[in-house]
Amino acid sequence: MTTVDAISVSNLCKTFGGTRSLFGGRSHEIRAVKDVTLALNHGETLAIVGESGSGKSTLARMVVGLEVPTSGEMKIAGRDASALRAKGPRAFGQTIQYVFQDPVSSLNPRKTIGSILEAPLKRLKGYGGPRRRARMKELMDAVRMPTDALERYPHEFSGGQSQRIAIARALAAEPRIMVLDEPVSALDVSVQAQVLLLLEDLRNEFDLSYLFISHDLAVVEAISDRVAVMYFGEVVEVGSAERLFRSPQHEYTKKLISSAPRLETPTG
Amino acid sequence: MTTAVDTDRPADKHARRPSAWQLLMNNRLAAVGFYVIFVIVFVALLAPLLPLQDPNATSPADRLLPVFTDGHVLGTDQLGRDVLSRLVWGTRVSLLVGISASLLAALFGSLIGLVAGYWGGRADNLIMRGIDMLMAFPYILLALAIVAVLGPGLLNALYAIAVVNIPFFARNVRGVTLGLSRREFVDAARLSGKGHVSILLTEILPNVMPIIVITASTTVGWMILETAGLSFLGLGAQPPQADLGSMLGQGRSLLFTSPMISIIPGITVFMIVMSINLLGDGVRDTLDPRLRAGALNRPMPVTKINRRTTPEPPGDTGAAALSVTGLETSFESTAGPQPAVKGVSFSLRKGECLGLVGESGSGKSVTALSLLGLVASPPGVITGGTVTIEGRDMFTLSESEISAFRGSKVSYVFQDPLTTLHPLYTIGEQVAEAVRAHRPVGRSDAWSKAVELLKIVRIPEAEKRANAYPHELSGGQRQRVGIAMALADDPDIIIADEPTTALDVTVQAEILRLLQVLRQERGLALLFITHDFGVVAEICDRVAVMRFGEIVEAGNTAEVLGNPQHPYTRRLIACVPRPGQGRAFLDGVRELPPETGRTGRT
Repeated sequence: MTTVDAISVSNLCKTFGGTRSLFGGRSHEIRAVKDVTLALNHGETLAIVGESGSGKSTLARMVVGLEVPTSGEMKIAGRDASALRAKGPRAFGQTIQYVFQDPVSSLNPRKTIGSILEAPLKRLKGYGGPRRRARMKELMDAVRMPTDALERYPHEFSGGQSQRIAIARALAAEPRIMVLDEPVSALDVSVQAQVLLLLEDLRNEFDLSYLFISHDLAVVEAISDRVAVMYFGEVVEVGSAERLFRSPQHEYTKKLISSAPRLETPTG
Repeated sequence: MTTAVDTDRPADKHARRPSAWQLLMNNRLAAVGFYVIFVIVFVALLAPLLPLQDPNATSPADRLLPVFTDGHVLGTDQLGRDVLSRLVWGTRVSLLVGISASLLAALFGSLIGLVAGYWGGRADNLIMRGIDMLMAFPYILLALAIVAVLGPGLLNALYAIAVVNIPFFARNVRGVTLGLSRREFVDAARLSGKGHVSILLTEILPNVMPIIVITASTTVGWMILETAGLSFLGLGAQPPQADLGSMLGQGRSLLFTSPMISIIPGITVFMIVMSINLLGDGVRDTLDPRLRAGALNRPMPVTKINRRTTPEPPGDTGAAALSVTGLETSFESTAGPQPAVKGVSFSLRKGECLGLVGESGSGKSVTALSLLGLVASPPGVITGGTVTIEGRDMFTLSESEISAFRGSKVSYVFQDPLTTLHPLYTIGEQVAEAVRAHRPVGRSDAWSKAVELLKIVRIPEAEKRANAYPHELSGGQRQRVGIAMALADDPDIIIADEPTTALDVTVQAEILRLLQVLRQERGLALLFITHDFGVVAEICDRVAVMRFGEIVEAGNTAEVLGNPQHPYTRRLIACVPRPGQGRAFLDGVRELPPETGRTGRT
C-alpha cells in the first residue's frame, strides 16, 4: 500500500479551445496545463501554489475526472485514469473526492443537507436506508456539526458551516484521496483556521491523502508536507514545505514568498 | 444566498423574511387577481352541480330574450339557449384548454430548454436554431397552419397553441439552465456518482422550477386569449359546444340587435385574462429572487437619516480629517430594525492610515458606507451619531452638499473592480468621466487628465492602455484604474473596502505599495477596511477591530498586534498563519478557547 502513490501524473497537458467551430475558423487556444509531472504519496499533503490562471484548478479537475486531459498519463491510487473514466463517473468518485472553493455554490440551494449527503452514500457506496441514516449522523459528527443540520437547507448556514458540510459530502464516499481546491479562501480568518484544523484531524482519522490547492503561502505552510509551485501552467519547483520557504530556488517562488503579508510590524 | 445584499445579517430563525404567500397577498393587484380567478375557477368547476339549464337545449320560442328575464338571468341567444349556462360551461372549456395548453407548452418547452442548456455546444446550437425558426413565424399564422393541417376542433386548437408557445418556455429555461449547469454543485453531484439524467432532474430542475412557474403563470392568460381567438375564427370549439371564443363569434352577427350576447362572454374573457395576468405578475415578483431582494427598489440618493442621538464630536476635530462619534446604522426588516453598526466612534487624522478589521457581518463595510450616506435606503437607516468632515456634520447636509463631498473630499475604492467598472466603456473614458463629474473641463482636457491619473497609479503605457476595456486588463490593473478614479478630484480621504482581497498575493503587495506611495506623496488619509491582519500590519498606522457592529479594540498597529487586549483580537491574530510558523500554527489554533459568540456560528 505504501509503495503505491495516491496520485501520479506524468507529462500531463490540457489545452482549451483550438477546436474547429461550425464555420471553419479555429478558436483561440489556451494551454492551461503544460507537461506536468507530479506524485502525491500515500498519506501525504501536497500543496499546489500559484496565481489565478496558473492552471492549478485545471490540474485538480483533471485529477478527479471533471476534465479530460489532452495528453499525458494519470494514475489514481495505482489505477489508470483512462480506465477509471471508461467505467463512468462512479469509479472516480469512489477513490477520489473534491472540495470546492466556494461552499455556497457547491451546495444545491434547493436540497436539504440530508439529501445532499445521501447521493454519494446511495450511489457510490450502495448503502440501504438505515445504514445511510446512521452514516449521515457519523459524518456530521466527523465535521463537528449538529445532526439536526440534516433537515435544513444550505442558505441557513454560514460559509464555514457550509464548507464543513461540503467536506462531509466528500467524506461520504469514503475516498482515499481528497482534492481540496482553495477550501478556505472564501472564509473568514478565524473560520479558516478552524476548517484547516478540521482537515488536518480528518486526514489522520481517516488515513487520507490531500492535494491541497491554494494561493496563500502561509496556509499552505501550516498544513502541507510538500509544495509544488505552478507558474503559467508549469510546475516550476517542488520541495518539502520547510525547504521551499527557507531557500526558494525559482524566481517566482521567491517573489511569492516576499509578497506574502507579514503579521510582524516593520518596527517589531 | 450570495445574491442577497451583503448587508443582510445572517438569517435569524425568527426574523426571517415574509413567506411567499404573504408577499403575494401584500401585492394588492395580485390579491384581487387571485380572488377573481378563484371565484371564476370555482364556479366553472362546480358547473355540473349548479342548477343550470342544459347549455345546448334550443328553444326557438325563447330566442334572444333580454337579460334578467325570469328563468334566464343573462337572457338567451339566437337559438334560445340559456346564456348563463353556456357562459359557465364555456368558461370551463376555455380554462381547461388554456391551462392544458400552457402545461403542454411548459412540459415540452422546459424539456427542450433543459437539454439544450445542459449539454450546450453543438446540441444547444441545433436545438435553439430550430426554436428560432418556430419563432420566426407570426404566431397566429403558425397556429392557423397547424389547425389547417390537423383539421378544426378544440383538441387540435389546443395542440396548435401549445406548439406556438413552446419557444417561449424553451428560451427562458435554456438560459437559466445554462448558468446553473456550470455551477459547482453540478460538478459535486457528478462526483457523488450521479448520471446526466439524474443531475438534470434532481439537481437542476428544482432550481429551474420557479422560472417555469413564472413563465407559465404569465402565459396562461395569453393562451386562453389565443384559444378564444381560434374558436372565434371557427377553428376551435365546434357547434353546439360552448366556449368563450365561439360564443363571441356567434354573437358577432347580432352585435347591433342584441349586443349582450357578445358583450357577456367578452367581459368574461377580459376578467379571466386580466386576473390571471395580475396574479401571474404577482407570482413572478414573489418568486424572482432578484425582485425579492429589492433589485427594482431604487435606493434614495442619501441614506435615510433618523437620528435619536447626535453626540457632539470631541473637541480636537481640527487635527482629524474625519471623525465619527457614536455612529449607529440599522436595517429595517419586517421583524423590526436590525442594528448593523452600534455606536462606532473613531477618528482619522490627516495623512494617516486607519485599518478597520473585522470578519464578515461585523459591520465594517456598513460603517464605511454610512460615512457619506451611501447605505442603500430602504432598508438602511442611520439612527444615530455624527460624522464630521472639515468641521461639518455630514448628516445635516442637503443632498447636493453631500454629493459634493463624495469624490471631492472622500472617495471610495471597492473590492472587485470588475463589478465597479462599466464593461462597455474604455478605462480612459471612465476615468475622464470621473474627472468631469466634479470639474467643468472639456473632453480633451479630461482625457489628458485621465491619462495622467493612469500614470500616477503606474499603469504601463498609459496613453495606449487608456483605450482598453476593463476585461482586457488584469485584476491588479483594474484595481489601479479604480484607484485612479478615486483620485480624480484630489480627495483628502480614501476609503478602501477590501481593495486587495480579490487579488493574488504578488499583485496585492504591489497595490499596497502603490497606496502607501500615494498616501505619502499626496498626504491622503486612508481608511482601510479588511479582514486580513497581515495586510493591516503592512500598511496601517492604527487599527480598530470590529465585531458585531462594535469596535472592541483600537490602537497603534504595533501595540495592538504585539499586545492585544481584547480576547477577540487575540483570537483573530492567532488565526492568521505566519510564514515560517509551519505546523505549529495548527497546534496554536487547537489550544484556542471556544469562541464566545452571538449564536455560536463558526
